[in-house]
Amino acid sequence: MSLDLATTRRIAKLARIGLEDAELEATRQKLNDILGWIDQLAEVDVEGVPPMVGTETEALRQRADKVTDGNCRDALLACAPETSGPFYTVPKVVE
Amino acid sequence: MLSRLTLTQARAGLSARKFSARELATAHLDAITRLNPALNAYITTLPAQDVLAAADAADARYAAGNPGLMDGLPIGIKDLFCTKGVRTTAASKILADFVPPYESTVTANLLREGAVFLGKTNLDEFAMGSANMSSAFGPATNPWQKASDPSVALVPGGSSGGSSAAVAAGLALAATGTDTGGSIRQPAAYCGIVGLKPTYGRCSRWGVIAYASSLDQAGPMTRSVADAGLMLQAMAGFDERDSTSSNRPVPAFHEAVGKSVKGLRVGIPAEYRAPGLPAEIQAMWDQGIAWLKDAGCEVVDVSLPHTRYGLTSYYIIAPAECSSNLARYDGIRFGTRVDAPSLDGVYEASRAAGFGPEVRNRILMGTYVLSAGYYDAYYLKAQKVRTLIRRDFEQAFENVDVLLTPTAPSAAFAQGENMNDPVQMYLNDIFTVPASLAGVPALSVPVGLDGAGLPLGLQVIGRHFDEETVLSIGGALEAAAGFTHLPAVHAGAGA
Repeated sequence: MSLDLATTRRIAKLARIGLEDAELEATRQKLNDILGWIDQLAEVDVEGVPPMVGTETEALRQRADKVTDGNCRDALLACAPETSGPFYTVPKVVE
Repeated sequence: MLSRLTLTQARAGLSARKFSARELATAHLDAITRLNPALNAYITTLPAQDVLAAADAADARYAAGNPGLMDGLPIGIKDLFCTKGVRTTAASKILADFVPPYESTVTANLLREGAVFLGKTNLDEFAMGSANMSSAFGPATNPWQKASDPSVALVPGGSSGGSSAAVAAGLALAATGTDTGGSIRQPAAYCGIVGLKPTYGRCSRWGVIAYASSLDQAGPMTRSVADAGLMLQAMAGFDERDSTSSNRPVPAFHEAVGKSVKGLRVGIPAEYRAPGLPAEIQAMWDQGIAWLKDAGCEVVDVSLPHTRYGLTSYYIIAPAECSSNLARYDGIRFGTRVDAPSLDGVYEASRAAGFGPEVRNRILMGTYVLSAGYYDAYYLKAQKVRTLIRRDFEQAFENVDVLLTPTAPSAAFAQGENMNDPVQMYLNDIFTVPASLAGVPALSVPVGLDGAGLPLGLQVIGRHFDEETVLSIGGALEAAAGFTHLPAVHAGAGA
């Protein structure tokens, strides 16, 4: 499958990575080269084969529904590039 | 000669009070000051007073007669492990100023056992690479040089390239690494040291910055096979904060080294005899087979028929998981922020400025293979192929105890080589990726030098949670190879 510029732009939008037009074309070419190579997977017969979603050596566990962490608001906020009081800040979203 | 010791030797010297942890730490701080500007193995070094304070505490525990497994041993920590109060960058601009308020489980385990941290080692950005060239803090350089042309700077491998360079050059007795598709084993082979990727689930992933969560696994990078066992014992163990952490008991892995390997069955996978495999690598592999036969192993030909689809399925699965994991870097809660008038604009500008080209491309590839209309053709298909690859290993391990292969298809290459062709770069992982996909443990042991004087490694792959047999075989290879070469750049040189 070959990737066109519109699809590349759509992927970049989905991934929230802002690319200039010149970068989009270079990216399209790089991804296309990799996709061309990946297409060899088409020749593998996977009829009836279940997908492997993890390494499946351990069964998922359950634990008691209890709070085990928290009360570290200031430590976490200290990692943020911009804060206002006890809040993260973002550009205005609701008009 | 404190910078040439193995962990095991250093521990014995500390126990016998032949030298102090403070002397050991001082020797390493001095080596880092002298050599790190050229090697760029560390992104961040810890303040000397902190390192010495940790060493003094270790000395006190030796004096009291109750040292931990890693007590007083100075090591490097790959800058992918979150360390409380110490900047953790993942070699990315987007985390250039990130100081975690918590400690990863693996580094907490090492601290509990008394290890002395020297600093945070360089890597490919977010562990995505095989050459350490994608680090936002500049490449780490391999301390080994070609005999014929010492002026050419070589890559230390990747992604754990700073760790392998530091251990090889005497800037740490050992270091932590992480391995998603070969990122411990390939740099270990390129730098002439030992690297062990444990079974998926052995070491907690909690606090390790995520790349591809179904593949990421932490492990030791050391100067001997016994050291790898010792350090893994300190790193491993059940952690309820990692849902894929194993609650199996953690054995004293190093005791497996030196055990007789007589009668063990060693499989040689036919598919790893790739066309174009350099004659020197083939010869080293044949030599390894001969050594194991001499040690009493039975060598058996086996087939892993889906090997050739390992790399391609990896380069769908790993980017898919990466695109999801790296969605958290939004410029709002931590990391670098680039302002824009809208919220989407902040995301787009922060992520464009913060991620390097290789990381961006993998996020975009992952987004593509997960997107509507392509999910089944790419992602689901790759997951099914992954099942076939795991079955290949399971079937092989019905007949053999371990597999023996080369670790990488070449020795270390020059910085800047393979940069324009991503597929060529990805081929470095051809022998390491299948074990990652299957989740089985795999070890790289340095066994010799090629014609240019560069180290080559052999890989031992074992059954799930059977690191001990892998280490026994690795120990036999190590004993037979007697690899004692040192790189051109080394802290002990001339001393």
